[in-house]
Amino acid sequence: MSVATLDLSRIAPAFADPVRESQAVFREVMECMARPGRITRFDRAPDAPNGLSKAAGAVALTLFDFETLVWLDPALADSEAEAWLRFHCGCPLTTKAQEAAFAIVTDAAKAPNLAAFSQGDAKYPDRSTTVILQVASLEGGPTVTLSGPGIQTTTDIAPQGLPQDFWTQIETNQAQFQFGVDVLLVAGDQLLALPRTTTAQIKGG
Amino acid sequence: MSTPVPARANAPERYYNYAYLDEQTKRMIRRSILKALAIPGYQVPFGSREMPVPYGWGTGGIQLTAAIIGPDDVYKCIDQGADDTTNAVSIRRFFANVADVATTEDTGEATIIQTRHRIPEKPLKAGQVLIYQVPQPEPLRGLEARETETRAMHAYEEYGLQYVSLYENISAYGRIAATAGYPVMVEERYLMSPSPIPKFDNPKMAQNEAVMLFGAGREKRIYAVPPFTRVRSLDFEDYPFETQTWEETCALCGAKDSYLDEVILDDAGDKMFVCSDSHHCAERRAAGHVGPMAGHTLDQDAALQEPAQ
Repeated sequence: MSVATLDLSRIAPAFADPVRESQAVFREVMECMARPGRITRFDRAPDAPNGLSKAAGAVALTLFDFETLVWLDPALADSEAEAWLRFHCGCPLTTKAQEAAFAIVTDAAKAPNLAAFSQGDAKYPDRSTTVILQVASLEGGPTVTLSGPGIQTTTDIAPQGLPQDFWTQIETNQAQFQFGVDVLLVAGDQLLALPRTTTAQIKGG
Repeated sequence: MSTPVPARANAPERYYNYAYLDEQTKRMIRRSILKALAIPGYQVPFGSREMPVPYGWGTGGIQLTAAIIGPDDVYKCIDQGADDTTNAVSIRRFFANVADVATTEDTGEATIIQTRHRIPEKPLKAGQVLIYQVPQPEPLRGLEARETETRAMHAYEEYGLQYVSLYENISAYGRIAATAGYPVMVEERYLMSPSPIPKFDNPKMAQNEAVMLFGAGREKRIYAVPPFTRVRSLDFEDYPFETQTWEETCALCGAKDSYLDEVILDDAGDKMFVCSDSHHCAERRAAGHVGPMAGHTLDQDAALQEPAQ
């Protein structure tokens, strides 16, 4: 039996002050989950390794631990990002999307359909996957109008580089409430949330 | 009236983590809060920890506060609307001590308001979080004792029993008799207990600008209502939902539209009605509003004095 040793020189640092920094990140994520479409910025978060955005890294350091099974994009397999997550969060990884509590999708072109992740149980809809979807930018793309709980009337967002049919998938996801995944869109150090309650309408669509 | 506390971050002599809970517990509660916000009104089970106060004293609310609070927060805690009752004072001191936060009685300047059974009279705004202490999170528990059954009733939106119960109320009393903990429907999907707030406060939950989190420590449940969410108090077309009203005004500040407490003053049955929201009342008095018994000494010294022999 051999235990693979971790090469610590390959692992970048995480939060300098984990208690304060994870609290600050969580409050922003909470406000975003409560107000879908609201964009927040984690400019003071530590740099995550190649392939992982600052915002995705900050969320992972704040919410992942030994209790959360994480589905990591195959693009990140055996990468520095994987080692970084395993070292700092201690999270177990899975290749079965259906089992994951969290998923990090970095390759939008090859992203699995949202329906491939855990949709929750009728009695325990909270057991569904939270999907962290890394895209090119949260601004400058086609405008989409959001409505639903947390939004006074409507709010517009314009993310770029989404997977194909993404808004159709979101529509299907919203229509099957109480089931469904909750999505965190991240780009660079920015984040916005699309919980399963949010309705999206493509402008002019 | 904000009291800054000198920061003493994780000082070795403290012997416990910032905000009392360990980081793993905070992460678990934080994950539950996010799912609760994503499924408004649904009760998320969580691993409630033992707290340094007994169940029933706000262990659910304290755990929620501990999981979200940071040194930049301004913390307010109320018990039945009042900032100056034992429970509120001790919880406020707890967080001033373990989380290095400034505390306040001012509803407007607080960023986190922990409450036992009232929603403040002053409308809340974006950026504020209202945390409810909940003794019994299950609105159907009085009608169905088994958790497996009530969970199925929520899963399949099987709320007929609740309406039968309200109907029985009307046939027995001629009206829906519940005055506190009056059940609400969130986004027309989940039946939710608003915690034992008076039904007077129910309409304030709908389309509120603040984030509302509910924590039940003994029952190990967290649920939430995001801002701008539909919250409807159950009723019937011919028996519409109504809130309490009073013929009296607040004896100290003259308020006609706030929730009033009846206070017995002596053995002869003299009484007064005062605002339950102590900060709301104080702010009105400071602004020059005068009630019929203004200047009455409700302070402790007067109350404790023995009558003259």
